[in-house]
Amino acid sequence: MPEKARVRAEAARLRALFEAEGAQGFETSILQPAEVLLDLYGEDIRARAYVTSDALRGEQMLRPDFTVPVVQAHMAYGAEPARYTYAGEVFRRQEDDPDRENEFMQVGYEVFDRENPIDSDAEVFSVIQSALGGARLRAATGDIGILMAAVAGLQTTDARKKALRRHIWHPRRFRALLDRYSGRSPVPAARKALLAAADPFAGGAPEIGLRSRAEVEARIEALKADAAAAPISEREVKLLDALLQVRETLPNALEHLRDIAVDMPAIGKAVDRLARRMKALEKRGIDVAALDFEASYGRTSMEYYDGFVFGFYAEGRPDLPAVATGGRYDALTRVLGQGREIPAVGGVVRPGLLLQLEAGQ
Amino acid sequence: MSVKLGVPSKGRLMEKTFEWFGARGVTLSRTGSDREYAGRVEGVEGVELVLLSAGEIPRELAAGRIHLGVTGTDLVREKLGQWDQVVEPLAELGFGHADLIIAVPACWVDVDTLDDLDAAATAFRERHGFRMRVATKYHRLVREFLRDHGVADYQLVDSQGATEGTVKNETAEAVADITSTGDTLRANHLKILSDGLVLKSQATLFRSRVAPMDAGERDTIKQLCRILRVD
Repeated sequence: MPEKARVRAEAARLRALFEAEGAQGFETSILQPAEVLLDLYGEDIRARAYVTSDALRGEQMLRPDFTVPVVQAHMAYGAEPARYTYAGEVFRRQEDDPDRENEFMQVGYEVFDRENPIDSDAEVFSVIQSALGGARLRAATGDIGILMAAVAGLQTTDARKKALRRHIWHPRRFRALLDRYSGRSPVPAARKALLAAADPFAGGAPEIGLRSRAEVEARIEALKADAAAAPISEREVKLLDALLQVRETLPNALEHLRDIAVDMPAIGKAVDRLARRMKALEKRGIDVAALDFEASYGRTSMEYYDGFVFGFYAEGRPDLPAVATGGRYDALTRVLGQGREIPAVGGVVRPGLLLQLEAGQ
Repeated sequence: MSVKLGVPSKGRLMEKTFEWFGARGVTLSRTGSDREYAGRVEGVEGVELVLLSAGEIPRELAAGRIHLGVTGTDLVREKLGQWDQVVEPLAELGFGHADLIIAVPACWVDVDTLDDLDAAATAFRERHGFRMRVATKYHRLVREFLRDHGVADYQLVDSQGATEGTVKNETAEAVADITSTGDTLRANHLKILSDGLVLKSQATLFRSRVAPMDAGERDTIKQLCRILRVD
């Protein structure tokens, strides 16, 4: 890895580029209150971030990224529209891969703008891409919004749609739920027995713990309603599978998605947005024919991205993490804004990786 | 220099380990007073006995301060990242059997699988305003297991003992703990999820892959393995 001073200089250069695009500098502490992050991401964040504590302030986290503090600061006292940039270390626990760094620099560019979200998507992508300069990188893009629209449009109960939507970011459980709801996987014996029982509580186990009998009863009712609901049709599951497998250059993917949208009108608007985004990217001089689009891209990342997502990868270096990543996170502003929200999109570059690639080429 | 063999320093685990080695012609024994943690090895030359808490043996193997060690698979996998690159299991010793499992109150008649647990956790969070708490001391193993199975909306709370009591005491809603017969779970009105087996564990003889060794120590380990009939 390049020495720290050079990485810092590279980070300063990137940050100056982002400032020249109109972004104001943002600073935040390395130690962040753990509670907000834990509440947002749940237990998974502990596997990815360093948590420490003291008797006075309780649990603190070495910042795993800048996005959450930027959003908090903007929601608390930011003027609109706003563009921010920052440069600093982030910390990621790496327990399974000793070659991945657990501390590295990130330089970010974030846009909070209500006016034209599609154009903001294109702006962030193009600003990040031009900051990457001549490095030989492959760009992958995706759009979580299309998946969310597809789930919302399924001909099934709201409860099922809600569960599927919640697990868009957990592909394995998403698949298990879809198999269950479509009747592809059989109803487990224990559930059958539960639903058939005259008195499910006949076992007489004493009530213990915070989860009350009323909550158990409510879930049994929900299971009964679910058992009575018609399965999600084979046709819809096939369409969803086709959608999840779309993986082509952006213009071809758009054509393919338009075909799917004929049978799946719920994604029509989201596909239109993709088309407008492609135009906006073209207008900014991006060679869209060279961009990859993967419908499933971004599903295994931290779950704050809910629209456009992108990443830049070193060609021929599958061992390296993404040199730059980004995406839209409107829902995050809603969660952290306590009643307020604003469309937001941003991206980060890893100057250390960029230098490493330059040195290798 | 001698080969250092780490063995649990007290209780049934120590006795069973002594028995296992003894049955194969290597006599391990404690020396001095009952309180002194010193030991002796007979039946093979050049092996030194190091008596340690079973929980510390994984760390000592990983640091290369002992060459061989007897401890549970559960502890090795919980405490060591990329455990299989740091230690090599030489032999399962056939005792200290324990399953790391996920259990919920038996009165949760609606919850039998991880799928149910996930759904219950979501509803719990909406109702109570915080994530369902799972009490455990096996944070890494349980987190990995639940993540791989796509269970969200839970949090782990640390419990270093009497874990089965946390539900009744309302400091947790579910537990992930070691069980051998399930008696303690039943006595505390808990039941195991039908697909809630995280790991099957037993006492195992491990070799450190990182402990520095000279030619003599290498020979000693070879000879010991021959006597113990493991390789």
